Amino acid sequence: MKVFVGIDLGSTTTKAVVLDEDGVVLGRGITNSRSNYDLAAEVARTEAFVSARFDLLRREVEATAGREALDRLLSAFRLEQRRAQLGLLRERVETEARLSESADEGRALLDALGVLFDRIEAEEEERFESGDAGERSDFFRDAVGSAYARIAEELVCPPGADRTVNAGVKARGGAGRTPNGVTFDRLMGLYDKSIVAVENQRIELGFRDHIGPALFRIGDPREVREGVSRALALEIVVAGQVGTGYGRARLPFPKEQIRSEILCHGLGAHVMFPATRTVLDIGGQDTKAIQVDEQGIVTSFQMNDRCAAGCGRYLGYIADEMNVGLHELGPIALAGKRPVRITSTCTVFAGAELRERIALGERREDILAGLHRAVILRAMSLLARSGGIEEEFSFTGGVARNPAAVAALERLVYENYGTRRINISPESIYTGALGAAHFARRAA
Amino acid sequence: MSVETKDRSMLLQKEMIAEHYRRLEQAPETGEPVVYTFVPGNLTELIRSFGALPVLPEINALQSAMRGKSQAYIAAAERSGHSEDVCSYVKCDLGMLRSGNVGPTGTRLPKPDLLLLSYTGCFTFMKWFELLREEYGCPTVFLHVPYQADGRETPEQRAYVTRQIREDLLPALEKVTGRRYDEDRLRESLATSASSEDDLVAVLESARRTPSPIDAYFGAVYYVGPIFSAFRGTEEGARYYAALRSEVEERASRGLGPLTPSGPLDSQKYRLVVEGPPNWTHFRDFWRMFSDEGAVVVASTYTKVGGTYDTGFRHDPGDPLGTLADYCSGCYTNLSLPARVEMLARYVREYSADGFLIHSVKSCNSFSAGQLTILREVERRTGAPGAFIESDLVDARYFSPANLKTRLESYFQMIDARRAGARA
Repeated sequence: MKVFVGIDLGSTTTKAVVLDEDGVVLGRGITNSRSNYDLAAEVARTEAFVSARFDLLRREVEATAGREALDRLLSAFRLEQRRAQLGLLRERVETEARLSESADEGRALLDALGVLFDRIEAEEEERFESGDAGERSDFFRDAVGSAYARIAEELVCPPGADRTVNAGVKARGGAGRTPNGVTFDRLMGLYDKSIVAVENQRIELGFRDHIGPALFRIGDPREVREGVSRALALEIVVAGQVGTGYGRARLPFPKEQIRSEILCHGLGAHVMFPATRTVLDIGGQDTKAIQVDEQGIVTSFQMNDRCAAGCGRYLGYIADEMNVGLHELGPIALAGKRPVRITSTCTVFAGAELRERIALGERREDILAGLHRAVILRAMSLLARSGGIEEEFSFTGGVARNPAAVAALERLVYENYGTRRINISPESIYTGALGAAHFARRAA
Repeated sequence: MSVETKDRSMLLQKEMIAEHYRRLEQAPETGEPVVYTFVPGNLTELIRSFGALPVLPEINALQSAMRGKSQAYIAAAERSGHSEDVCSYVKCDLGMLRSGNVGPTGTRLPKPDLLLLSYTGCFTFMKWFELLREEYGCPTVFLHVPYQADGRETPEQRAYVTRQIREDLLPALEKVTGRRYDEDRLRESLATSASSEDDLVAVLESARRTPSPIDAYFGAVYYVGPIFSAFRGTEEGARYYAALRSEVEERASRGLGPLTPSGPLDSQKYRLVVEGPPNWTHFRDFWRMFSDEGAVVVASTYTKVGGTYDTGFRHDPGDPLGTLADYCSGCYTNLSLPARVEMLARYVREYSADGFLIHSVKSCNSFSAGQLTILREVERRTGAPGAFIESDLVDARYFSPANLKTRLESYFQMIDARRAGARA
């Protein structure tokens, strides 16, 4: 079958979308961009094709095997992928540990690491067994990193022991040691050293590599197995692909297959919500206010200047400063009762601004609520400059996943323009890649 | 770039500029008086009729930036207390002064015998000369040139500026140069100006052709260089414009496009009108973002900052002081917003442009104030798509290639998509 691929190499994450001939989304993939766009593009693309295969699988056997069995297969597949990555990380961290100055230290570290990785793997298995799909980061680095830190902390300072409560993951282990004298900092140091290398190592995460073990894991039911082989047999032909985003120049595509992210976000939003006439995209490093016509073609746009104030990256810094995950930021801010008035959204000063507010005795959730409002205020200015919000409006980009940003936007849109329909797709992070894929399809 | 790939006029201009800076360096020995003045409203013919040499600080700043020297100068000015928000032309000039006052071509610049401000539309110019006056302790003449609120000069305004030239400026020039005002000499020079102005207008209007034989922004900043600075009304200036005109006419007759950083741009995909000054620190990189995409600029407002000749103004030898007053009043940034909108809308129509682009620089309020209104209004009147990009004049810290490229590529692709839509 013919498919069309869109790849969006953003500054923070890289996304890929696969469409079938009718323009229906078959698969999506996402990974963090790292400093290696080539690999990120490959990983996102592979993931999109994996999910496309699953979608084909779903089309093949949903009626006979049932949706539940397929969901189970998908999560078994994810587990197999993660185990492969974990194996790689373990190997790497252990190699680093063997390079320790003394043989004693090396042995002590390897002991601790053995316990640590066994537990992470067991937790992954448990997660799968219990069917827990709960909230967690999409990215290996984040998901495994937080488990690693938590278990490392417990190893040096078992639960129930006296500990000084301190903010900050790295400070949490305090001066504690394992019985063999391994410190928390040493364990985290090994992780930090290894994770980038693991992320940048090419690893087979494809459908064909893990589907067998995954199928085996769910008991190899016949209806599912037959569906899998039919889906595997289906030949997927890429009939066109278009790339976009900050890393677009890295793609080995001819010039006609590269589109600006502004056009892709415009078209992507149009595909998701055809009545959209105004699009706001807040990405990692830039904010764009876009006006589109009834075909999804951009008629005018405004973009922040070279300063990344008020973009996704700013919220990222704030999350780091507060030692919370990026996805936790919005929910905390929503609890704010009295948003603090903040006017500067300068990323460089984010930490100073935050500490100053805390020093003044402001509540954390009120500060965060104020920061989200400030981010959206900046976006409102770009929206006004691009021509305002006359009709239906869509909010896209990573920040559209943040509920506090959405709440601030809804309020400010109402105050400035009155009642306007605001569309936010749960898949909004894929808008650029979706638009790119549709450009590929339109060109064919 | 090798010699063969440069236009003849470019080489000629390079020699003229080098020679002028050499003459300025020798001025303390030769005794030629020196007058510092700015491009908008500059009274070059009058200055030179007194045997004085003009120095244009903002030209020094942009030339320094094109040679990669502005960042160090800006840093020097900031060390001496000027904030990051001060106009980068000013800081580049003051930094150059603090660093030995060596001009862009490597020759030392002389001290001014007179500071002459003949345009007050830019308040920063006034502050800039106040700082230089502090530094040099030389005489200063500040003319007050009224803003053209109705888009044109009234008879009262004309009389007001003419009187200032006659009563304040002439005595000051006589005093610092030790020469009498020589009206015949001035008339002769003004006649030379008018002929160069005819040539320049012919060159700029050649862009109405398809393909355009010139780039009316990046290419034309070179074309306006001599006439906006020290060479208007001079013989070498007239020679330059005659040569330039024949060069452009030859290109036009052969159906060729201009030379750009991407090579000769004969096949032109987008015709644009541009508002606002260029960035000078990355001038060629910036130009390349256009030429690589096949975009040619067919008209620009920046090339009118030293005179809106294409709307009919010529220096008039029949009324020497009155014509100078007209000139001071008529420079582009002294025009009202509606007059600027009208000019841009006319360019879009008359030069068959696919769209227009505003390059907004953080340093210059004379340009930037109201640019978004201009954008919307020109869009409304012409139906041509507009776009907005931002950087700075000579401060490289404000030039983000990735950001500009994204915006420009989006803009070009937007024009493509519109064309495809129009065909469907």
